[in-house]
Formats: sequence, C-alpha cells, structure tokens
Amino acid sequence: MERRVYMDYAATTYVKQEVMEEMMPYFTEKYGNPSSVHSFGREARKAVDLARERTAKALNASTDEIYFTGGGSESDNWAIKGAALANKQKGNHIITSSIEHHAVLYTCQYLEKMGFEVTYLPVDQYGLVNPEDVKKAITDKTILISIMFANNEIGTIQPVKEIGRIAREHGVYFHTDAVQAVGHVPIDVKDMNIDLLSLSAHKFYGPKGVGALYVRKGVRIHPYLHGGAQERNRRAGTENLPGIVGLGKAIELAYENLEESNSKLAAMRDRLIAGIMEKIDHVRLNGHPVKRLPGNANLSFEFIEGEALLLSLDMKGIAASSGSACTSGSLDPSHVLLAIGLTHEIAHGSLRLTLGDDNTDEDVDYVLEVLPGIVERLRNMSPLFAQHKGEKYYV
Amino acid sequence: MYSEKVMDHFMNPRNVGEIENPDGVGQVGNARCGDIMKIYLKIEDNRIVDIKFKTFGCGAAIATSSMATELVKGKTIEEALALTNKAVADALDGLPPIKMHCSVLAEEAIKAAIEDYRSKQLVKSK
Ligand SMILES: Cc1ncc(COP(=O)(O)O)c(C=O)c1O
Ligand SMILES: [Zn+2]
Repeated sequence: MERRVYMDYAATTYVKQEVMEEMMPYFTEKYGNPSSVHSFGREARKAVDLARERTAKALNASTDEIYFTGGGSESDNWAIKGAALANKQKGNHIITSSIEHHAVLYTCQYLEKMGFEVTYLPVDQYGLVNPEDVKKAITDKTILISIMFANNEIGTIQPVKEIGRIAREHGVYFHTDAVQAVGHVPIDVKDMNIDLLSLSAHKFYGPKGVGALYVRKGVRIHPYLHGGAQERNRRAGTENLPGIVGLGKAIELAYENLEESNSKLAAMRDRLIAGIMEKIDHVRLNGHPVKRLPGNANLSFEFIEGEALLLSLDMKGIAASSGSACTSGSLDPSHVLLAIGLTHEIAHGSLRLTLGDDNTDEDVDYVLEVLPGIVERLRNMSPLFAQHKGEKYYV
Repeated sequence: MYSEKVMDHFMNPRNVGEIENPDGVGQVGNARCGDIMKIYLKIEDNRIVDIKFKTFGCGAAIATSSMATELVKGKTIEEALALTNKAVADALDGLPPIKMHCSVLAEEAIKAAIEDYRSKQLVKSK
C-alpha cells in the first residue's frame, strides 16, 4: 500500500483507543438519559460527573464551572453572545483580535449588526497581540475581551496571562478560544485570570461534536440553548453522553504526559521546519519561532499556490492544509496570514503541517523527501517564478 | 472534489512552458486572487501550430490551462476564438462550481494571446 502520512492534526485528530474504549458502553449498555431518576439515568449521570471532574482538573477549575457543549464553535458563540447580552446594561463594547477563528470573528460581526461595537486588534508579524493594545482599547463601555489562546493556522500562543490580568484589573470579562491549546499547553484558568474558555474534544484525541465552555463562578452570561434543565439550566438538550465521556478521558490523557509528548513533537516539528528551509529556497516560516504550538509548522512557498501544493502532497499520501483562497472557498487568502503582513501572493502559497501523536521521524523524512520535488514542479509551471529568475520576458 | 480528468491534467499538464519569440502572448489574472495564466502562441497561416502555458494557481487553474491549450492546438484563429469556458470545463468532465472562474480565466488567456497576435500583425502591416 502507498504510504499515508497525516499532518493535519490541527484540523482534527483521531480518537485514542483508550478514549474509544471508555465511550463504547455508553452507546449500547449504559445508554440512560442523565436526567432520568432510575438506575440507568444515575449511571449516565455519574459518567457525566466524572467527565466534568476530569475537565475541571485539567484547567484548574471547579466542576460547577464546566458546561458541556456541541463543540468549539458553539462554545465560542455562547461565550460571546451570552456575555454580550447579559452585560449590555453595562456597555456595548467588545475587544477581540484580527486573527480569531471565524467562530469568534463572525459572532462579533453579527453582534455589530445588533448594535454592539467591536475593536479588532492588530497583531505583529508573528501573530502576537500586544497586551498594551488591549489595555488602550478598553473604554468604560467595554464588557468583553476575547483573544484566542493559540492560533489554529500559524500556531502562535498569545500572552494570555498578561491579557487576563489587564482584563481583571479593568473589571472586563476575558474569554479565550482555547480550542487549539487545550490538551497541548498547560492551562490554569485561575492563574491566568480567564473568565470564559472554549474547548473542543476533537482537537485532543477525543470525539467530534463535543466541547465545553468554562464559565468562572459569578460571571454573568445568558444561556445560548433554551429548553431543558441540563447543564444546570444553562445549556439545554439531552447530553451527548458518549461524547462527554470521551472528552473527559481525552483531556485527562492529554495532560498525563504533556511535557514528554510535547518535547518529542516540538523536536520533530523543528526538524521538519529546518529541513524544509534547508532544502527549498524562498520559503518563510509563518508564526512565532518559539511561542507556538508544539505540533504546528506553517510555511509560505513563494511563486506557487497552496491548493496545488496540497493536491500534489495528497497524491503522495500526505495530508496537510493551506491558507490559500482556493482552499478557503473565497477569493481572499486566510485573514490570519494577511493580518501578519503577508502579501496576497505569499499568503496564497502557504502550507500548514500540523503534527500529532502518531507521527514518526520517518514521516518527517518522507515529507522532506517528497516536498522539494513538488515545489520545484509547481515553480517550473509558474510565470511568477520565471519572472523572478529573470528569464527572458516575451511581452 | 475534482474529476479524474482534472487530476490527470493537473499532475501531467500538457503544453507547459514558454515559446521563444512567440507570435502572441496573453496574461490574465493576478496574484491577489491567486491565479495567473500566461499563454504563448506560435501561429502559421492563421493556424495555432504551437502553444505553451505557465500558470500560478490552484489545481483547477493548472488543469484548465492544460485543457484549453489542448483544445485550441492546431486550430485556426477563428476556431480558437470560439472556445468557451464551458467547453474547457466539459472537456475536463466538469469543475466544482467555485472553480468555474478558473475555466473563465483559461478562455480569457487564450483570447488575450490571440488579441496580442492580432495587434502585432496590425503593427506589421502598417
Ligand atoms: C481556534 C478554533 N476555534 C474554534 C474552532 C471550532 O471548533 P469546532 O470544530 O469544534 O466547532 C476551531 C476548529 O476548527 C479552532 O481551531
Ligand atoms: Zn483557483
């Protein structure tokens, strides 16, 4: 069989065997509704409680601060809309960054239509938000600051603790979209002064379609889904029992050997980046050189386009991702790459390789073996490359 | 999402390259939108005897460039001018809707190159 290499762990991960095993009985044997009073219900309730304990522990939160949701997008929508609506008497101003995930950006844009005002802070060339900018943007109308923990495209990790401190000093709620960070970097919601935090299980070897929102005790927030009394009246709907069980197991596993698995990952990633930079000219690394997620490599290859690169890699069995327009479904390349100052042309030629638990040194070798030829083939087809080489220009 | 034909023309594009002293050159698109196509023509007796392309763009951009050049190679100028983007897409067994603009670009690139040829002829005949 042809070799297959998955380097798109930021898009989603597989579900770990231990996680799967723990989930399985909740489909077939322990299928009770956690709200039911009978033994089936109690059994299910106990499983949800355990998952909540594990999640709380991983974040240094208490169990009554964890609310299970249908994933990262729902958590982001809930945190932002729920906090905005619950605090609109106090003010109508929200601060966020220009490199947030669309689940945050489009939610903010929707609120703008509803009469809220949103400041989209710029980032520097590495994708870092300057905490001083956050401070300066705060007015007496500011009710919420939403800055992501780590970026899904370029992997840059924000100075969350500093931003949290500023938010707390000014009495403004601080939400962080930690979908890419949870399970990959240490998080302490108390130490970091986080009021609201979104997470999603399928980014740390749990199942898809289940996530959580951490809501610090005392934070004023409206429910997002109205209906039954689940999640202490704050998130209606019969719980995704197997999903929640999986989330709980996955988050516990993720923090068990975090340092060890991170240093292994980062070493592979650094070798991958160094190898690519050494073998291929006109490449730039996007994101921060060290303040980045351990598995994230994001590079731009001049003169070529990202989707063509992805297709070529796919033909060789390598799964990756890109911020090019042709992969985003719009005419513009990724807003994140534009926000860190890349030209459209360079942004179109971006490649995101995100490593995870199953990757090996051989995978890295394989990518390093295959990629230079692919880039060369595409460059030889590119009029921009010909132009660059100063070939005779017959116009 | 792509047909086998598209993938074939992407992986094994026909007529890639440049022509020295071409009779016509057309370039369309821009780096901003992510697709640039450049077509080179060699024309003898009103017929396209050779055609080459260079493309910066996605898989569909490369495949449509390749197919468009195949479709007009050996044709008369008039026949080549009758090429439509739909014909290019059809010849590739279709394109995803969001990629139809690539076939438009391919049609435009061929026409731009012919336009360039004609304007050069005009200069010569003056
Ligand atoms: C930073 C970030 N926020 C939010 C999401 C959305 O999460 P989900 O797919 O669980 O809705 C993602 C995942 O794509 C993400 O990377
Ligand atoms: Zn395209």
